[in-house]
Amino acid sequence: MPFKKDFSPYVPRPATLKEKKKLSELVTLFTFELDNGKALAHRPGQFIQLSIFGVGEAPFSVSSPPDPSKQTFELAVRKIGAVTQSLHAMAPGQKVAIRGPYGTSFPVLDFVGKDTLFVAGGLGYIPLRSLLHYQLRHRSEFGRIIVLVGCRNPQERIFTDQIEELTARKDVEVLETVDIPDAAWKGNVGVITTLFPKIPIDPTNTSVAMVGPPIMYRFVLAECRKLGINPNNIFVSLERKMKCGVGKCGHCMINDLNTCMDGPVFRYTDIEAYQEAI
Amino acid sequence: MSQRILDHAGLSALFKALAQGRKAFVPATVQGKATWIPATDLAQADLSLANTAFSPKNFFFPQSECLMRFGADPAQAHEPMQPAPGLDQDLMLFGLRPCDAKALALLDRIFGQDPAMLDPYWADKRERTLLVGQSCPAPCPVCFCTGVGGHPFGTEGLDLLFTDLGESFLVEVISERGERAMKDLPMDAAKAAAGDEPGKKDLARREELKNQAEAALALDPANAPDLSALDKAEVLDLYESPLWERLAETCLNCGACTFCCPTCHCFDIQDETKVDEGRRVRNWDSCMSALFTKHGTGHNPRGRKLDRVRQRFMHKFKYIPIKNQEIGCVGCGRCVRLCPVNIDVRQVAAQMNGQAASASGGQRP
Repeated sequence: MPFKKDFSPYVPRPATLKEKKKLSELVTLFTFELDNGKALAHRPGQFIQLSIFGVGEAPFSVSSPPDPSKQTFELAVRKIGAVTQSLHAMAPGQKVAIRGPYGTSFPVLDFVGKDTLFVAGGLGYIPLRSLLHYQLRHRSEFGRIIVLVGCRNPQERIFTDQIEELTARKDVEVLETVDIPDAAWKGNVGVITTLFPKIPIDPTNTSVAMVGPPIMYRFVLAECRKLGINPNNIFVSLERKMKCGVGKCGHCMINDLNTCMDGPVFRYTDIEAYQEAI
Repeated sequence: MSQRILDHAGLSALFKALAQGRKAFVPATVQGKATWIPATDLAQADLSLANTAFSPKNFFFPQSECLMRFGADPAQAHEPMQPAPGLDQDLMLFGLRPCDAKALALLDRIFGQDPAMLDPYWADKRERTLLVGQSCPAPCPVCFCTGVGGHPFGTEGLDLLFTDLGESFLVEVISERGERAMKDLPMDAAKAAAGDEPGKKDLARREELKNQAEAALALDPANAPDLSALDKAEVLDLYESPLWERLAETCLNCGACTFCCPTCHCFDIQDETKVDEGRRVRNWDSCMSALFTKHGTGHNPRGRKLDRVRQRFMHKFKYIPIKNQEIGCVGCGRCVRLCPVNIDVRQVAAQMNGQAASASGGQRP
């Protein structure tokens, strides 16, 4: 068994928190840079393991698109557990450590020349944003870009200014909805599937990228079926509690698949039969 | 494959010789429990013990293991993140049973299945540990290695194997590492442990013992569960079996099976801090625990007890075969012995096979 004794896949690389930007009450956008001066070199949909020493390590999807002109990368994180609480308490300049990027990514070549339907439920916008902004940078390669965004309530909306910019663009079609409106909300009301009848979709030439809370998938998939979208062209990113990120610790197994290596992005037909997946 | 015949003194001499430059461990009974103890003399060992209470995976994958250290001062915490050093000396396990050795060989493939992600902690200890096995002429009542592709005289994963022929021991060199270890013996020790070429009688005795062991295992039909349909079965045919509901009714989700199992390898990663330093450790974890899969949001993809019972058996008998082309159970019988509600993995596997057979019998298109 030959191996490099000085290399451990569990030892992370130091990184520095560069910027913090609050997106909602619980969600903040964090910009990081690896201390070795190298880019993260991730692909859209991949995740990293973020360490805060003494607190622990947790997996997060990278939210920024791959960008050769930038050394930094972004994570949008909800304050919910030990690692995320202490990340939220950090100030720019403080250190974290990063392992990865890990896992599969959205196969961008599969989207070339086709329309893309983004279905983003709640925090699902975070990993999809990586693919979306990648496509926007190479806009001419892709057909229509349709973005459906659903949120529990207006207060939990994230990236609102960016979504506003997208809405203003002629080459992106954005529809937003909230489950529970407040007095100020003027937009759509209802779960994300209620947006489907509001926009014409060409089922023969559309690829779907969807990320959202576990409950969302089966309903959105049913809508896609109704439209007649080829399930081969549907891509989902699944959340599991990855610990090692390298296919050994067993935490993220979906039947015989390790979400950390075989996922988190799956072609729907590859996991369609796995009830544990969705 | 070279073979030697040694008498009792010869085997002790061989042990002593191999223990030079290695920290040696042997099976022994401590406070009523069969366990592994450090030894300098073979007299400390009880080679009649069928199987240690816990599997020797602990030597390569400790229940709690430091992965790396870091300073507790946040300003410096991220500077030296060196992986924990490997073993400071070579090890030897003397008297290992073939099922446990086979489990280590399986874990080699799991911890090293992706060369880029090879687990250095596991690999270091495996590389530096000599495994001297002992064959099982008298398998214990709940062993069933032959039912899952193993053998009481199996050599997979071992470096050397010895067989107690009664008056003498037959020592066989199995691996290259075993051959090197035998070559590297100090001169005087090599002489004492040289022994003789085995005669026809010795080899016939070995064959006889081997047949005896096979016959002993075959006495209980439960030891040879029919698993022929498992391989071809679809994951879903097994996944949806009513078997899991019945099992979940009895299973306590206590996790005893996962801790004693020689092939269970799931782990958790945690940080521990003291005043001036901290370390990141990995601890054995169990798929029997609801926390094993629970998300920060509270969502749990394997939220029911049924899901977790199913995961353990499906992992052993379906998922590992898919990923590693062999059954993930070596038939050591520990979980059969230890389960507080008498869940018998042999029966479960047989029932899974039954389900697979009936599903492939045309119920599904």
